[in-house]
Amino acid sequence: MSFVLNRVESVLQSQRILHPIDLILQPGSITTLLGPIRAGKTSLMRLMAGLDKPTAGRIIDNGQDVTSLDVRRRSVSMVYQQFINYPNFTVYENIVSPLVVSRRLDRKERDRRVSEIAERLGLTKLLKRLPAELSGGQQQRCALARAMVKESRLLLLDEPLVNLDYKLREDLRAEMKSLFRGSDRIVVYATTEPQEAMMLGGQTCVMREGHKLQDGAALDVYRQPADLQTAALISDPAMNFLPGSIAPATGGRGISLDGGGVLPLPADLEGLPDGRYTFGLHAAHLRLGRNDDATALPVVIELAEINGSATLLHGRHHDRPLLMQMTGIYEAAIGASAVLAFDPINLYAFDARGSLARAPRFTTMLPSQVPVGEVRHGAHSAA
Amino acid sequence: MARIQLRDIAHSYRPDPNRPEDYALRPLDLVWEDGGAYALLGPSGSGKSTLLNILSGLVRPSSGQLLFDGVEVTDRNTRERNIAQVFQFPVIYDTMTVFGNLAFPLRNRGVPRGVIRERVEKVAAILDLSNELGRRASGLTADAKQRISMGRGLVRTDVAAILFDEPLTVIDPALKWQLRRKLKQIHNELKVTLIYVTHDQTEALTFADHVVVMENGEVLQQGSPQELFEHPAHVFVGDFIGSPGMNLLPCILQDHVALVGGQPVTLSAHALDAHPNGALILGIRPEFIELADPGEAAQVTVTVTDIEPLGGHQLIRGRLGEHEIAIKALPEILVQIGETLPVWLPHAWIRLYSDGRLVN
Amino acid sequence: MKPIKQSAWLLVLPVMVVLSFSAIIPLMTVVNYSVQDILGPSRHVFVGSEWFSDTLQDPELQKALLRQLVFSSCVLLIEIPLGLSLALVMPTRGAASSAALVLLGLPLLIPWNVVGTIWQIFGRADVGLGGYFMNSILHINYNYALNPRDAWCTLLLLDVWHWTPLVVLLCYAGLRSIPDAFYQAAAVDGASSWAVFRHVQLPKLRGVLTIAILLRFMDSFVIYTEPFVLTGGGPGDSTTFLSEFLTKLAIGQFDVGPAAAFSLIYFLIILLFSWLFYTVLSAQGRAEGPV
Repeated sequence: MSFVLNRVESVLQSQRILHPIDLILQPGSITTLLGPIRAGKTSLMRLMAGLDKPTAGRIIDNGQDVTSLDVRRRSVSMVYQQFINYPNFTVYENIVSPLVVSRRLDRKERDRRVSEIAERLGLTKLLKRLPAELSGGQQQRCALARAMVKESRLLLLDEPLVNLDYKLREDLRAEMKSLFRGSDRIVVYATTEPQEAMMLGGQTCVMREGHKLQDGAALDVYRQPADLQTAALISDPAMNFLPGSIAPATGGRGISLDGGGVLPLPADLEGLPDGRYTFGLHAAHLRLGRNDDATALPVVIELAEINGSATLLHGRHHDRPLLMQMTGIYEAAIGASAVLAFDPINLYAFDARGSLARAPRFTTMLPSQVPVGEVRHGAHSAA
Repeated sequence: MARIQLRDIAHSYRPDPNRPEDYALRPLDLVWEDGGAYALLGPSGSGKSTLLNILSGLVRPSSGQLLFDGVEVTDRNTRERNIAQVFQFPVIYDTMTVFGNLAFPLRNRGVPRGVIRERVEKVAAILDLSNELGRRASGLTADAKQRISMGRGLVRTDVAAILFDEPLTVIDPALKWQLRRKLKQIHNELKVTLIYVTHDQTEALTFADHVVVMENGEVLQQGSPQELFEHPAHVFVGDFIGSPGMNLLPCILQDHVALVGGQPVTLSAHALDAHPNGALILGIRPEFIELADPGEAAQVTVTVTDIEPLGGHQLIRGRLGEHEIAIKALPEILVQIGETLPVWLPHAWIRLYSDGRLVN
Repeated sequence: MKPIKQSAWLLVLPVMVVLSFSAIIPLMTVVNYSVQDILGPSRHVFVGSEWFSDTLQDPELQKALLRQLVFSSCVLLIEIPLGLSLALVMPTRGAASSAALVLLGLPLLIPWNVVGTIWQIFGRADVGLGGYFMNSILHINYNYALNPRDAWCTLLLLDVWHWTPLVVLLCYAGLRSIPDAFYQAAAVDGASSWAVFRHVQLPKLRGVLTIAILLRFMDSFVIYTEPFVLTGGGPGDSTTFLSEFLTKLAIGQFDVGPAAAFSLIYFLIILLFSWLFYTVLSAQGRAEGPV
């Protein structure tokens, strides 16, 4: 029943768009294609839809080779970044249009389907309006409804929320997750935002410059990124990287970071041989520290970005950017100095080739076990 | 630079407005101090663009007065007002070099050549454009073009304020923070009055010392980012600021407690004094809700309906009685869908709203 | 990012077939005539480039070419600035704007020969309003049938009346597509109306003006019907332009060979000028950056 991409690749006018990619999509699952612009997300979707043919490789749907099957003969619907609706059709006519084209259902059944999907997307009161009379969020709901009413096997969404204001984006994103739940279609969702991939759950396929870097459950990829590139792409804010080495030190082995600081080797990294590593640290694991902290990283503050309920501090430590995320609102003057610190147990280690050598073990805890001083809730005041 | 005063300014696009809904901008009184960094924040249709157009002189308000440094400018046109503006899409003069673009406002005003060169070079240095001065402006990237637009305002010594209308729309997301930083730096160095219009909370809160939140043609709150986060004056502000926004739970005040979904929540004595019994909205941010251990007695219980792991934290969505509630928690805390969570709502962070407005 | 499908060529095929019948085959026929002397049915002699050199040395033709160049230059010098100025002062909204657009559109709807006839009557000294006005009210001795200067003025006036609206409409559309932000920014920068024109409007209209110049040049360079109807090429040969000359050569005297050679030269001249205009204007555009 699965939809399989078997070493598909794409070369256009002697330019390589996609390097060979293997991917298996299961019915009833959501797969996010996560990557920056020009990662090949849209190109891959076009191959899945049958809009383009791969240069090499095969696409197998339910055991059948559909590589060269035309898009019209596949069961697929698509939603784009732009709000694409028929401008001269009402919302009702827009939503019903794929059913009218396929001519398989009688009028009553069509109406029933349209009103059901309109209800789920909150469009019931807008069915008689024209797209031009709708807000951006409503227009994209209408496009989404049109894509969903067809009950196609493959539903492809290409950054559908990118052109919406952030509040609408939040609302629609939350709705979408429940919308796809419980259907047996294959949903593929392209996005540049790691948060979106994590939130929708399911499988994620991290891409960059036409390469598939890693795929797997979104949270697993976040916790165990295969290499530096994946680690940077799956985390938002991007993961901090600190070059250094593991070497013998007084009283056992330790981590020495370039630019100063020797730390005791955390238990999770003990199995690693001595040598050069790049250590990774999530922005949320940095905190404001003091000069006498073992892990003190002096920084010059470049900007405090405030997103409403959290602050992202851009700092520079020895010409190296450092990002720290804090719950709550903190204001910091540009050019001011600060000291950041962290707990070494949260360090990732990547080897000299950039592959993951060791990730910190993820342990659960009870609310009462949250260490004092850790952000249990945002109730501590600004520094 | 100037102190900007809006005295009872209102605007309607209809000829004979009488109901409040007829107004694109309802009557408002505001004072913006000289050298401040202000943001107008609101969704589309909130009236922020109307207010911007009134400031720039594109729209004449239906009533009220606009004063720059105490001088009324309500009837002056854009040219006579000494304001500068940076638009959503870069506006540059294609036929000119970067130098020509920056010098244009001064040349139009007959400033001597030597002074022009000096001003342009100074501003170009601040905006990191010194090496591009001889290049044709049309060949530059979007962010350089926006810096040029900004520069055309900064070269003038007589501008009352620089207005920004969603200036980062066309900027590559990865470069946005650097332009935000540039803006803040310029403000720190030059102490110009900057007014920034946006629908994006990150833009507004990062940029401004004072944020004016607007909705339906009305100013709902003006305050620092921290005030907007911690003391939203209106339920709309609570929801609009923050991702996700504030939890807004209908409650009934009764005998020293607020009944939320049938469960009692104790309030500070102060809150109770301030307001008699009755139906209110209880607001609390997802960040401020504290979890208790399973089985432990707590204030209220929440039934978990969904969990969104977001990496640095997790968002727990659940129901408190019949009301939806979101809780931000550390990712390490193990929670399962369907579970009943004991939860504390710290009274220091509870806000009560009557008719949409803050009462405690 | 779409791959090129070879099958797309099939879709172009019908156009190629139609084009070959309507353009390529007739052109080849002309080429064929231009290198032969046709003495009668199935009696023809290959003459090489003789017709070409003969034609190029023909003093009548040289005069017609000069006349044609002067006429096209006048048309461009009058119609482009006039059209642009009218577009700049046209009302932009409301009923006045619609009315202006309709009025401008009217001359464009009238066929060439009718335009010629209208002006032929209008300019006549005895029954025409224009001719009467000039002679009896302004007391200027005006007669386009006798005086070459009057014939030229009438022809130019006719062309300006007929085709300036096209330039206006093109410029008007170009002006409307300039975002308001540009005008607002210019006002903020304290730009005078001239500076706005020079640095905002003119650069943004470059593409439109290139098209207007090309269209007006090509059209005026092949002008035939109007002078034919109005003056028949006279008085004398003062308004005999290239196409009129060609017609006389091919149909009047039935010199098919020289006429064919001349047609090809004519074609090449137009091609050359169009290419010149296009490269000069777009090279300038490149130097000044994309519009």
